[in-house]
Amino acid sequence: MQLFGDTYFFIVAGLLAVPAVVFGVKEKPINIYGFCVTIFFIVITMKSRPSAIVWMVVYVALQYLLVKTYLAVCAKYGRNRGLYWLYIFLSVAPLAVFKITGLTGHSLFGFMGISYMTFKSVQMIIEEYDMIIKEVDPFEFVYFLLFFPCVLSGPIDRSRRFHEDFTTVHPRQEYLDMVGTGLFKIVLGAAYKFAAGSLIYQLMIWYGLKGTFTSHLIYMYCYGFYLFFDFAGYTLMAVGMSYIYGIRSPENFNKPFLALDMKDFWDRWHISLSHWFRDFIFSRLMMRSIKGKWFKSKLTGASFGLIVNMTVMGVWHGFDIYYIMYGVYHGVLLALTEIYQKKCRKFHRAHKDEKWYIAVSWFITFNLVMFGFFIFSGRFTKILGISW
Amino acid sequence: MEEKILDMLADICGDEIVKENPDIDLMEEDLMDSLDWTELLVWVEEEFGAIMSPSEYTREEMNTPNKVIAQVKKRLEEQNL
Repeated sequence: MQLFGDTYFFIVAGLLAVPAVVFGVKEKPINIYGFCVTIFFIVITMKSRPSAIVWMVVYVALQYLLVKTYLAVCAKYGRNRGLYWLYIFLSVAPLAVFKITGLTGHSLFGFMGISYMTFKSVQMIIEEYDMIIKEVDPFEFVYFLLFFPCVLSGPIDRSRRFHEDFTTVHPRQEYLDMVGTGLFKIVLGAAYKFAAGSLIYQLMIWYGLKGTFTSHLIYMYCYGFYLFFDFAGYTLMAVGMSYIYGIRSPENFNKPFLALDMKDFWDRWHISLSHWFRDFIFSRLMMRSIKGKWFKSKLTGASFGLIVNMTVMGVWHGFDIYYIMYGVYHGVLLALTEIYQKKCRKFHRAHKDEKWYIAVSWFITFNLVMFGFFIFSGRFTKILGISW
Repeated sequence: MEEKILDMLADICGDEIVKENPDIDLMEEDLMDSLDWTELLVWVEEEFGAIMSPSEYTREEMNTPNKVIAQVKKRLEEQNL
C-alpha cells in the first residue's frame, strides 16, 4: 500500500475515517484514535522493510529525548550557543547520515518521512532556544511527528500550531465544516494528481523526449505543470485528510504560476517548506549577520542570505548536482530580484500596478520558474552531459 | 518607548509615513520585508534586551506599527524587562 497512492489506501482510509467523524460529531477528542490509525498506516506501508520500522522507532525516541532534555538544558544554562548547536547537530545527524550514505548507493538509517520529521523536530529545538516552547508532551510530540497524512511529503506543520488543534475539541458545526472542506480538498487533490498530473506526464513522455529543442521545451513546460499537479494534488489530499482528524494542517500551494516575481513565487509554491527556511534559516542567519556587522551594505547581506538559504534548500532535496544547481539558481534569482526592487525602487513602485508591467513580470517569472523545474527534473544536466 | 520604536520603524522602512499612520499595513504597502523584519528583531534585542523569535509571529500579528508596539510591550512584560 502507498499513502494516497493506490485504490487500496483510499478504501481503507475511507473506512477508517468513519469512526473519526463519529468522534468529531459527538464532540469527543479524536487524537487517540487518530494516533492508532497513524500507527496502522505506518506499519502497513513499511511492513516489507521491518528494519526501517526499527530505525523509525529509534529515530523518534532519539528526537523526543533531544527536545525533552534540551528544555532542561535551556532552563539550566540559558541561551548557550555551544549547547544549542550541539542539539541541532544531533537532531539533524540521522538525516545527514541517511543522505550521505545514500551517495554510496546503500543508505543507512532511511525510512519513510525522515526528511519531513527532521524539519518538525529541529524547529522545536530552535523555538526552545528562543524560549517560545516551554513544555513537550510525549504523546503529542510523537503524534505530531508521525501524523500519517503529512508524514511522507508534508505540509510541514509547526508544533505550536499543531498544539492548538491537538488540545481543542472543535464544536460540532465547526468540525462538520472542516469535514466538508476536507472531503472537497481530497476530491480536488485526487483530480489534480491522478487526472491532470498523470495526463500531463503522459504528454511529457510522448512529446518531450525526442531530443530536439522544441521537444526539450515541451518537456520543460510539461514537467513544471506535472510537478505542480502531482505535488499540489498530494498536499491537498493530505490537508483534507488532516481536517477529518481535527488537525488543520497548513496550505502548501497558492496558484504558484500566477506569481509576479520570484519572492512572490516562494510565497505560493511549497509554502510550508519555503517559510520554514525563511523562519529557521534565512531570518536567523540575517540576525547573526546584522549583530556581527558582517556586511557593509544591507543589500549584500540580503543577497548572501538568500543564496545560502536556497542552496541549503537545494541540498536538502539531495546531493545530486541538479538539486544543488536548483537551489543556487533560486538563491541567485531571489538575490537579483531583491537588488532590482531596491535599486530600482522608484521605477518598480511607480509601475507595479500597471498592466504592461504586470504582464512582463508574470512572463519573466513564469519562464524562470519553469526553467528552474527543468533543472530540478535532472533533464537539463543530463542533456548537458553532467548527470545521468 | 513607543516613539523609539516608531523612529526605528521609520528608519528600517525608509519612510516617515509609519509615524503619521501607525495603522498602515507594512507588508501590503511594501514598507517591510522579511529582512527588515529581522533587523527590527535584532534592534529590539539590543535596545531592550527582549528576545523575539522570527518564527513566533504571523504576519497578521505584526503588520502595522501599532501592532509591533503592542507585541514588543507584551514581550517586555513577559520577560520582566
